[in-house]
Amino acid sequence: MKFKINNRFKAALGCLLAVGLLFSTPSFALQQDSTAQDTAVSMTADTAAAADTAAAAPAATDSVSTVSAAGATAATATATPEPEKQIDPQVYKNMTYYILLFLIVCTIVAVIGKVLSIYELTKRMNGKYNPFANNTFQSVLFIIFLVAFLAFVYYGYAVWGSWAWRDAVTEHGQRIDTMFIVTTVIITVVLVLVHLLLFTFPYIYRMRAKTKAYYYPHNDTIEKIWTIVPAIVLTVLVLFGFFTWRSITNVPEDLQKSALQVEVLGEQFQWQVRYPGADGVIGKRNYKMTTPMNSYGIDFNDKNAWDDIQASDIVLPVNKSVRFHIISKDIIHSFYIPDFRVQINAVPGMTNYFQFTPTVTTEEMRERMNDPKYDYVMLCNKICGSGHFNMQKKVVVVTEEEYKEWLSTQNKYFTEDLQKEFTAVDSKDSKELATASLN
Amino acid sequence: MSSTVISHGAAHHDAHDHHHETFLTKYIFSQDHKMIAKQFLITGIVMAVFAMVLSILFRIQLAWPEKDFPILEIFLGKWAEGGRMKPEFFLSLVTIHGTMMVFFVLTAGLSGTFSNLLIPYQLGARDMASPLMNMLSYWFFFVACVIMVASFFVESGPAAAGWTIYPPLSAVPTSIPGSGLGMTLWLVSMTLFIASQVLGGVNYVSTVLNMRTKGMDLWKMPLTIWAFFLTAIVGLLSFPVLVSAVVLLFFDRSVGTSFYLSDLVVQGQILPNEGGSPILFQHLFWFLGHPEVYIVVMPALGLTSEVISTNSRKPIFGYHAMVYSLVGITVLSFIVWGHHMFVTGMNPFLGGVFMITTLIIAVPSAVKAFNYIATLWRGNIRFTPAMMFAIGMVSFFVSGGLTGLYLGNAALDINLHDTYFVVAHFHLVMGSASIFGMLCGVYHWYPKMFGRMMDTKLGYLHFWLTFIGAYLVFFPMHFMGIDGVPRRYYAFTAFPFMEKWVSVNMLITWAAIIAGLAQVAFLWNFFSSIWKGKKATQNPWNANTLEWTTPVEHIHGNWPGEIPTVYRWPYDYSKPGHDTDFIPQDVPFSETMSSNLPHDFEGNEEAIRIQNEWNKANNREIIEK
Repeated sequence: MKFKINNRFKAALGCLLAVGLLFSTPSFALQQDSTAQDTAVSMTADTAAAADTAAAAPAATDSVSTVSAAGATAATATATPEPEKQIDPQVYKNMTYYILLFLIVCTIVAVIGKVLSIYELTKRMNGKYNPFANNTFQSVLFIIFLVAFLAFVYYGYAVWGSWAWRDAVTEHGQRIDTMFIVTTVIITVVLVLVHLLLFTFPYIYRMRAKTKAYYYPHNDTIEKIWTIVPAIVLTVLVLFGFFTWRSITNVPEDLQKSALQVEVLGEQFQWQVRYPGADGVIGKRNYKMTTPMNSYGIDFNDKNAWDDIQASDIVLPVNKSVRFHIISKDIIHSFYIPDFRVQINAVPGMTNYFQFTPTVTTEEMRERMNDPKYDYVMLCNKICGSGHFNMQKKVVVVTEEEYKEWLSTQNKYFTEDLQKEFTAVDSKDSKELATASLN
Repeated sequence: MSSTVISHGAAHHDAHDHHHETFLTKYIFSQDHKMIAKQFLITGIVMAVFAMVLSILFRIQLAWPEKDFPILEIFLGKWAEGGRMKPEFFLSLVTIHGTMMVFFVLTAGLSGTFSNLLIPYQLGARDMASPLMNMLSYWFFFVACVIMVASFFVESGPAAAGWTIYPPLSAVPTSIPGSGLGMTLWLVSMTLFIASQVLGGVNYVSTVLNMRTKGMDLWKMPLTIWAFFLTAIVGLLSFPVLVSAVVLLFFDRSVGTSFYLSDLVVQGQILPNEGGSPILFQHLFWFLGHPEVYIVVMPALGLTSEVISTNSRKPIFGYHAMVYSLVGITVLSFIVWGHHMFVTGMNPFLGGVFMITTLIIAVPSAVKAFNYIATLWRGNIRFTPAMMFAIGMVSFFVSGGLTGLYLGNAALDINLHDTYFVVAHFHLVMGSASIFGMLCGVYHWYPKMFGRMMDTKLGYLHFWLTFIGAYLVFFPMHFMGIDGVPRRYYAFTAFPFMEKWVSVNMLITWAAIIAGLAQVAFLWNFFSSIWKGKKATQNPWNANTLEWTTPVEHIHGNWPGEIPTVYRWPYDYSKPGHDTDFIPQDVPFSETMSSNLPHDFEGNEEAIRIQNEWNKANNREIIEK
């Protein structure tokens, strides 16, 4: 009975394989054809391009040839949209090719499976069948996996870890880094130990012919130990983290006031930066006053706003405490500077603050990274729509003198055009008021 | 086997309950818990495949951001014109992938399937407390799935504000196309889904509390039941809060209220809304959102406990500690939601408090992981595919859970919040771990569900490809997150510092594609075994729990005769002195005199006296531990 089933299976699989091969051979051929075609097409395209440039070269001197060149480009322009609308049949062919490839893999897997079961059956018939063979095999696989896993973790730490890690360049960031390292050491130890046990126990205690498990329902002492030890480790981490967190977020009021104030406004999909100007006070903003000209929505009734400076980048003096006011014009964004270990959301309707002190200038960082083009960057880290992946602002840390020099070159928000608009609106308002009072 | 029920009462039972079953009442509008479990499972699998395909689509975009794939245009039409996916559609993909996986697969597909299947079976009940509510629970879920899939056929596309649907992005249609009709459908679908969960949850809780068979006191329940019971409680207390969040968002979108909206100038348009707060939504959302994580992972832990114990042929280590840690997780899960909001502008002191509660929850989780390992120690381990998945689940739970120590720490979270580190963390600890718990359940209880066995070889193939694949996909993401790469980025091309990760993205995508194709091995195995699988025996794994005392053929009311009485806890594996290495729960102590321990009698002096007399008569000495 069993043999009958096997035969039927073998026949079916053989057929499947044959059909698969039958289909795949022509598709290989097609594949070659198409690559040949592709090269042919690209060659013609190249020659066409060459012709274009040839035509364009005399275009400067000869107007007739310009026309012809224009005609040629027009022709190519009309020619190009057509293949875009119709999907190249090659696409379908490639798809079929991949599906067939997958089917062949499936067939091979099925054949291997059948071979294995036939092997098992013959062993059974010869009386040499070991019912625990597979059990042992799987437990060995766990050991192999363990080795591979540990190697993979090591590779990750060594290679990707070194790609990912850059020392923080702010004061509080260095404290965060210390905590990060401490946590990493703890969890790596636990990760490795747990996996050592988790994957060696299956091997050591695999089911064999005459083994029996040890009836061991509980041991209160051990359970207490592994409740209390994690609890102690966590308490240490919690306290460490709590005080670090408080020191970052809970800045004394006099330090809040003495810091340099900068306001950042997020909108789809850009950031705007506002420096307070000479008076050191950021003017009020009223979103209802947003106009195409005054897209920031600054309330110029507040005289503090008149000298506010519009900055193209975020430029900060080194070793000076900066207090960022983060606001949003439309939806939630997130103000995130990975190198600084700084992040706070920009939420419409409320202002969030983050105060920190950068310690390394961009120049020094470039030397440290050995990359003359390296820049700090502030990016949006809260899903905000189609441009989310490219909503950035360059952050530059410079010396105090360079900062002052830079600041003096920046423009004010209250431009002449805006002043005109503002006074016009103002006078209109007063006129309306006047008419209202007349009525 | 001693526990086989003699069907003297079968005729009687059948006689008064003999009603005509049509195709419609048996397979479609079934009120039988076994059929409903299968409906949940198959719907869950379909949703899982759908959501997995979505993930592979956006993985392709991430690996080859500069390349055209004309084939995509055939399937996606205007969403991928010229073979390149649009950013809005990318966001839709991640949104719907997240929603489907979290809610439809890991909530309904996991606890819907196994709570329905195992609660009546393992407790010794003929069915759920309310079969009608049970049926409604499934159908609400089904309609929710249909509506969510339907949102792909809407002109403006499916919801695209992330699975957390934070307003104002989700509330203002001009901010992203997906926040049009697609978002409305999302909200409707989610409301129906919550109704389904509440109907199911009430049913699970009342069945566990009221319908246990004789002798099944709470401390004799298998850990699976404890897990489902506590999960249902968490769901009942937290899902209604999501309804309030969803309904208020619906009002903001459709009626013009301002619960979450204030001070908005979207696309140059000044909106009239005033006085609302987006933070309010986040509080309401995460009041469900965080318990939801435990709704997802606790059933997986329960299933894993059962499978590890059965296949180690050894009692689960520290049964009481396992229950108390589940209870601890249940209680703590309600007071940690703020750790999702450390950098949203929530009061920083509050953030500090949430950080403390969050890290406390690591203690019960650690206890569970250690107890699993202690269960393996000196076991007699049998590697069924279910056992492989259970071990894989513990591995994911540990390696994903450990990174929670970073994210739960408010100070470290500043730099890691919303980066790929978070993606890696939750995909390991709740994504992969729960999926593995679910698959372990499917392989283990398949004979109970369909009366046939799954193919083990395909099971091993499926396990290894998926296990290795999942680590290759999610482990490297930690490092991207440490580097500061945000999640939900359509391409890594706009920033010089991200360019180095494109090669890693290709590795991840290839691993994802191969692991995705490996699921074909599972699907083939699952669906072909329904008809072609080897016939199952009544108790194929030599397990102790009551479901294995029912006949292989499904019958109305589960047991043909009387419901068995329970005498002992479910983990009497390899008890010294007994001839087999398992003693089912319905075997009385009088039949196992040679293996009884003093502790078994719970202070019943008469029983201890009888046992002592027997011990003397048979020269049996008991060594007290």
